[in-house]
Order: sequence, then structure tokens, then C-alpha cells
Amino acid sequence: MPRVVFSGSSCQALTGGQDAIEVAARTFRALVRELNGRFPGLGTQVEEGMAIAIDGVIYQDAYDAKLEEGSEIYLIPKIAGG
Amino acid sequence: MNYIASKPELKVVGTRPVRPDGVDKVTGRAQFGADMALPGMLWAKVKRSPHAHARIVSIDTSKALQLPGVRAVATAEDFPDIPSEEAFVGEGPMNFRDLSRNCMARGKALYEGHAVAAVAAISQAIADAALDLIEVEYEVLPHVIDVEAAMRPDAPLLHDDLFTQGLAEKPAKPSNVAKRVAFKKGDVEAGFREAEVVVEGRYTTQPVHQAYIEPHACVVSVAADGQAQIYSSSQGQFMVRAYCAKLLGWDLSNIRAVPLEIGGGFGGKTLVYLEPVALVLAKKSGRPVKMVMTREEVFRATGPTSGGVIEVKIGAKRDGTIVAAQQVLKYQAGAFPGSPIGPGCMCGFAMYDLPNVDVVGYDVVSNRPKVAAYRAPGAPLSSWAVECAMDDLALKLGMDPIALREKNGVRDGSKTHYGPSFRDIGFLETLAAAKNHPHYRALLGPNQGRGVACGFWFNIGGESSGAVHINEDGTASVVSGNPDIGGSRASMAMMAAEVLGIPVEKVRPIVGDTSSIGFSHLTGGSRVTFATGMAVTQAAERVVEQLKARAAQIWEIPAEAVEWRDGAAYPAGSNAGAFEPLTLAQIAEKAARTGGPISSEVSLNAQGAGPGFGAHICDVEVDPETGRTTILRYTAVQDVGKAIHPSYVEGQIQGGVAQGVGWALNEEYIYDAQGRLENPGFLDYRVPVASDLPRIEAVMVEVPNPRHPFGARGVGEVPIVPPMAAVGNAIRAATGIRMYDLPMSPPRMRVALDSAKAS
Amino acid sequence: MSKHHVTTTINGEPVEFLCEAQETMLDVLRNTLNLTGSKEGCASGDCGACSVICDGKLICSCLMLGVEAEGRAITTVEGVADGEELHPVQRKFLEHAALQCGFCTPGLIVASKALLDENPNPTEEEARYWLAGNLCRCTGYDKILAAVMDAAAEMRGETRA
Repeated sequence: MPRVVFSGSSCQALTGGQDAIEVAARTFRALVRELNGRFPGLGTQVEEGMAIAIDGVIYQDAYDAKLEEGSEIYLIPKIAGG
Repeated sequence: MNYIASKPELKVVGTRPVRPDGVDKVTGRAQFGADMALPGMLWAKVKRSPHAHARIVSIDTSKALQLPGVRAVATAEDFPDIPSEEAFVGEGPMNFRDLSRNCMARGKALYEGHAVAAVAAISQAIADAALDLIEVEYEVLPHVIDVEAAMRPDAPLLHDDLFTQGLAEKPAKPSNVAKRVAFKKGDVEAGFREAEVVVEGRYTTQPVHQAYIEPHACVVSVAADGQAQIYSSSQGQFMVRAYCAKLLGWDLSNIRAVPLEIGGGFGGKTLVYLEPVALVLAKKSGRPVKMVMTREEVFRATGPTSGGVIEVKIGAKRDGTIVAAQQVLKYQAGAFPGSPIGPGCMCGFAMYDLPNVDVVGYDVVSNRPKVAAYRAPGAPLSSWAVECAMDDLALKLGMDPIALREKNGVRDGSKTHYGPSFRDIGFLETLAAAKNHPHYRALLGPNQGRGVACGFWFNIGGESSGAVHINEDGTASVVSGNPDIGGSRASMAMMAAEVLGIPVEKVRPIVGDTSSIGFSHLTGGSRVTFATGMAVTQAAERVVEQLKARAAQIWEIPAEAVEWRDGAAYPAGSNAGAFEPLTLAQIAEKAARTGGPISSEVSLNAQGAGPGFGAHICDVEVDPETGRTTILRYTAVQDVGKAIHPSYVEGQIQGGVAQGVGWALNEEYIYDAQGRLENPGFLDYRVPVASDLPRIEAVMVEVPNPRHPFGARGVGEVPIVPPMAAVGNAIRAATGIRMYDLPMSPPRMRVALDSAKAS
Repeated sequence: MSKHHVTTTINGEPVEFLCEAQETMLDVLRNTLNLTGSKEGCASGDCGACSVICDGKLICSCLMLGVEAEGRAITTVEGVADGEELHPVQRKFLEHAALQCGFCTPGLIVASKALLDENPNPTEEEARYWLAGNLCRCTGYDKILAAVMDAAAEMRGETRA
């Protein structure tokens, strides 16, 4: 099962302190639904405020980003710029 | 198609053609926001709070309305009272309710200069006179400016519904601390126990303004059926449309936002101040409305970037391996939450492969204008502290500062302290190019010193649309939705010309309005050449497929039997038939008969932007009598992926360096005891002028980003990250004095030099 | 408020306009004469975006009153090119990519022309100090100086166009 790590502290209140979990989801969209199911409100917070880095490539607002077992998967704050 | 991997000889990309909008800009023909006029238009002005913090007890606009020539007034009552809702429309998350209240104060004035009312009249003079007739009754409240003062439990409270997010338990009382964020890797306590050498420091910065030379300006009109046009200078016409629609409760399709040329943005024009107010006045008066900020208004009431306090501690082994790194950052957000504290926490140590890291950051509100994005938001302050500490570490270890960074620098596969690994990056190549540059070995004289510092920025991709249309004569038009602030439209034309195989002068790019091109995320985040370039390249490729298909029709052969080379269709091999090549112009001439116009528009959400790294070398001379620091020589090395138009890439690097130098040496907001800004003008807010700087050598290292067809990376933001520390480290080398507080202006240098002499 | 009638020469052509006493020359150029090439960056003479040449002298038009134009000869950015033929300074700015957003460019073109009219052989330091009154936030001035020095060399006949 893919392992997803929450970067930083922003999700800890909703995950009850866990900073990494194993998920069944294989896409970012599925991940959002699964997170909302396991930790109410977390999936929405992730969808709106976070990007997902998969094996070092950052995907932002990409439902079809693929989660594989063995990939390095981090949820990081969304990136902006100026 | 990936043009780098297949290594064809590029004919246009990488060259330096004259930009297509250049002649208009050097002759004064180009139209910026304030140059726009509509028949019958009114001029509007904004009444602003003279107090840093006050309850608005009442606003009486009756006398203003009676002044002959006044056609409308507006206050918060004319804006829907929208609920708190946050979304990523511009650069960074924006709370629409806060944005609305920033455009027009509701209930409270939260900074000196906060808009409390506006008036539209038939002339600027009458509008100004009308402002004086608007009577506002204030209850002045205690104010707080300083970030640490605002964090104290007894500090004057700006918002009674602001509870610190990111704590283990929601606090019982509101405060000025909007958010706490933290990033941890490994065990930093254990790391420091292992460390053989430790350096630490407490660094401060003041808010600085993006200081674009063009003040905010717009002209709007609203028809009786609610359809509106906005002509403005902004970093994104779709952002302008989105914010106005949200703040006023209008349909997006009823707003057409037209981008005029923009006179600088740097992040400061990634949101709206005037447009919603102008729309309200235009609707009420039934006339077009023009609003232009004065320079004073720009300083008093538009976002500077955060100032802050950054504490850093780094521990290393004697061989230079860093074993522990810690940072505490406190950033000012101004009147509403939203400082770039997240990126600040992520960028400072991002360049180094560190086993044990602990970073904590705070987003703090205070009675200053709401901060706006400024080139790599959050990173320059963080790197100011980290890169100075790295310099102290190098000194303590007796190690060359570049060698120290090489030893700890990230490479492909290195894990950041915020989690993800890096891929396809060029930090080590950048360091090597800096180390091997003749600047690094040049001799120095008395009172002179050399400093080195590095920088990092993520860069983003995002939604972009690009269209390529073939004209009947075989020339082409490229339409995209991104305002051109750095020469990007030239790069769009170049990429399209490369794919089509025709000279770049035959490809004319324009920036379309919100009704003429598909949605595009705004210009910022160093994304346009990467993301919009990707859309334009794909559109050009689809056009080439169409051109091949048309040639196939003309020759009556299968489409697979046609290839495209050097701007013409060729039969693919002798089996296809002995046909003379068909040029783009020849095919275009027959377009109607072969199926119609030849054209393609691509909309995408570009992923996989490549981060950028920079390494800067700066030589200074510090005058021991005046405390003035002169920049003698500056070399900025940066991994740019692939320079589509090298002159504009160099320009981004040079411009970022100049802003960083200003941030380092002179720029700051100066407040009086009443919380009022004392230097809202270019005389006393001192940006670098031509005589302050030497030539800035921009060295471009190219480690291609494989996720862009031409290998491009964002380049615009990285270069502002290293300069403050590069200058600070040079000053330390020249004087022996470590400066901790920005700016390192002559009066502050004098104090430091004097106390160094005394002790 | 009654307006003043002003007769002047702008970019070599006779011009008449009406203006109020307190209107600056910049206001007149932009709002009355529709010559919007000169820009307002600060209205206090600190940024140079409004630079014009008045009777041969480089000035900030935001620091001059419209009425002061009476009987004078003024050159704005719109008058620097000779019809379709760009001035060497303009050509070199384009060649050297000495502009990014372009807002300060009109002021810099006028100021650079004034510099080379007065001193055809400036050192780079002299050029930097002459142009110190024109703020640019985008370029860091590097390519601007390269363009100005190259234009000067061409105008001295040392290089070809």
C-alpha cells in the first residue's frame, strides 16, 4: 500500500499526531476521499491547501497524480510565488 | 515532444531576437493602466484612514455627494458582507473576506492608509475636494507595529475572531498570531549534542515594498445589464476577474478583464485593490470610472512584503558536515493573516542535505498594510539568516564558504527537511561554476570584502492556455493569457516559431483578455515560460499535425506519409511520392479548401516545475567614515534549466539581484510613534539607482528540467534570495563586523563601526 | 477657475492648450494632449518616469507647471524617433534587451538622449550618475548602461549601426 507522509505540522491536529499513514488510494483524488473518510475534514484541507510530491516531482491540483507502493509520497503546503 | 532529449539543433530557442513589443515600449506607444481612457469617464479617489488602528464609528458622505461634479460615493455598505472563505486564486491562499475588507474597511481601520470610502467625480480635482467632505468618525485604538510586540498576550488585538491555527489545542482566546507551522526531520537535540562547532544568530528584517515604478491603475465600465469591462495593469487578468466576481457577487462571464501593459509587479500586483471599488462606483454612477494610485498611496496602502525576526542555529562536525539545524521565524502579515511563513520555513535549509532539522514559524498580524507576495515570498528573509550563519560557520571551521556548501549541498536524490527528495537539480553545478569563476579569485583592497550566499525557490506550474493560429499568408499568431512582465511573450513566440519551423518575426504574440483565451493562472511563481510555454508548444505541435494532414490532402497521400521540417511539409521517404515540399505559407493559402482555418488552443495544468538554485559572489567596500557600502562587483550564478531567450533570463537575474541589494542596504518602512509611515515616497524609501550598482554578471548554468519540452525552469524568483546575505557576508569580510539587522544602511553601519572601534 | 491659454512647441510642432494654474506639465501632456508616453511614477520628481527635455535641459515634467511651457520647446519620448527611424538610443535599448516591463523606458530614453546630446563621450560612471534620477526596478540597470554606452559609441562613429 502506498505510504503518504504529511510534511510539517499543519495536518497533525486532524490526524491526531500521526505524520505518516498507509493508504489504499492510487490517485490523489482517491487519497482525498480516503483521508476524509478516516480523518473527517482532512481530505478537504489537503485538497485545498496542499501539493503532493511523488518521487520528487511536485503535483499541485492534480486529481490523477498516481500513488504507487514504494514511491516517496509527501503532502507539502501548496506553493505559490510572486 | 521533448526537444532537449532528442537534441535537434535549435534554431530559435536560445537566440536573442528583439522582443515583439519592444518598439512600442521605447517610443512611448505601449499602453499601461493609467494611459487608458474611456469616453465620459469619471475619476475616483479613495479616502484613507489616518490612524493605524481605529474603530469606524460613522461615515457621513452626504456633503460629498452634494458637491457639484460628484457622481457616486462608496463605502463598505456597497460591498456584500461575504463570509470567511479561503482559496488559491492569486499567489498563495487568500481569504476573500479579508481581501474585501482590505479593499474597503468594514468596522475597523487596521492600518494607516486603509481605504474607508471612495468617491467618483467628473475631474480629479473635484474628487479630491470631495474626499475632504466625507466625514469619518473614528475611535482611535492602541496599535501595534512590531512583530514580537504583536505576539505578546497583552498586545492590542486586531481581530477578535483570530485564533492561532496549528497548535495542538485551539486556544481559548484570540490573538494576533494567526498560525504556527513546524517542520521536523530526525532529532535535532541529538544532532546538537554530536556537533563539534555551533553557530547561532538572531536576525531581523523590515518590511520592504516591491516598489514597481508604475502605481496601480484601472479603468472600468459597467453596463446597465451588469456586463463589465476592466482595463487594468495586473499580474493576471483572470485573477482580477475572479477576485472582483467573488468580492461583488457577480458572474464571471459578466466580467471581461483586459490586461494592459504592466509596469512591474514582482508579486505586488497579484491581487486587487482598486478594481472592485471602481466597479462599485461605475455601477452606481452609470459611467466608466478611472482610478490611479499616487505613489504615496502605493506605499501606505499596498502590500509590502513581511518583515520579521529569524533565529538560526547550526551545528557541524569539524570536517564541515552539518549535523543539526534549527530556525524560529516570526513573519509579519500586516493587517490580515497571510505572511509567507510556510515557504519561509521550507526554503532556508532547502539547499542542504541535513539529518536533523527543526523549524518553527509564526504568521503574525499587526497594524500595517496587508502584505503581498514579493519575489520568492518568504525565502529571502529565511536565507538572510541561514546564509549569514553558514558564513559564520565557514569562518569558525576555517573552511572556504563555497566548499562548505558543496559538502552539504543537495543533489539528485537528497531529501529536504520538509520531506520530498530532489530530482534533476543543478545546485552543485551552480556552486562549481561560482567557485571556478575568475571573480572568486580576484584581488581585494583595503576596506573591501567578499561574500558568498546561495538561494533556492520551488517555482510552480499551474493552469495555462495558449493558442496558435495560422494566418492566411502563412504567418502565425500566438495568444496566451499571461501578462508579460519579463519578456515572456517573446519566449512564447520563440517556442512556437521553433516548433513551426518559421522565423520568429513571422510569429506575433499577444496577451489576450479573459474572453479571448482559455483560463490562465496569473503571471508569477516563475511559471510562465515553463507552464504557458508548455501550452503554447503543445498548441504549435498540434498545428504541425494539422499542417501535415493538409499537405497529405493536397498530395492525396496518407497523413503518416508526411513529415514536417524547417517550416515545410515533405513526403516521408521516396515511397510517399516525388512531391515538392509545401511551405507553411503554401498550405495556409489552401486552408479553406482543405478543411478550414488551421489553429489550435491548448489548456493544461502544468505539473513538475523544476526548482532553481543560485550562488552569488559579492565584493563590497565599506567607507569607514560614512558607513556607506559600495557594491564593487557582483556575480550571480543560477541554474536556469534552458534559457529560451538568454537576454531575458539574464535580465531576471540582474533585476532580482538589484532588488536584493536594495533590501540589504537601504530599503525599509519607517514608522512614527502613531504607527504612521514616514517615508512613503522614493526620496526616503531608497531603492537602488544606476549609480549604486556595478554591472551584474549573470552566469547561466543549464541543467534542463526534463518535464518541459525545451528544458526550461522558472528563473525570476531565485535571484532575490541570496543578495542580502551575500552583501552581509561581504561586509563582515570587509569590516570584521557581523550585521544582524537589515537594512545595513550607513547610519546603522556607523553605529556598528563605532562600537567595534570602542571595544 | 478659469484656465490659462498656453502656446508652446512640443516635439517640433506648435501646440496650444488650456490648463489650470496648478496643473503640471505631466498632467497636461497625458490628460490634455494625449501624449501618454511620459509616465507618472511618483509626481514628486524622484523617479524620472516623466522625464522630458525643455529648452535643451533634462527635467521632470511633474515638477514643471503647464503654464511654464509658454514660449518654450519641449521634447517628449514621442519626439525622440525621427518618424519611423528610431534614435540610436532606442535601437540599442532593443538590441541589448535594456527593458523589461517598459514603464521607466520612456524616461530613460529621453534622459539618455539628453546625456549624449550634452556629452557624446561619457564614461560609464558619468552615465550612471546622469541616469541616477531615473529609477528602474526591473533590470538592475546593467543592460541599460550597456545600451547607452553602445549608442554613444555608434553616435561617435566608432561602430556601425
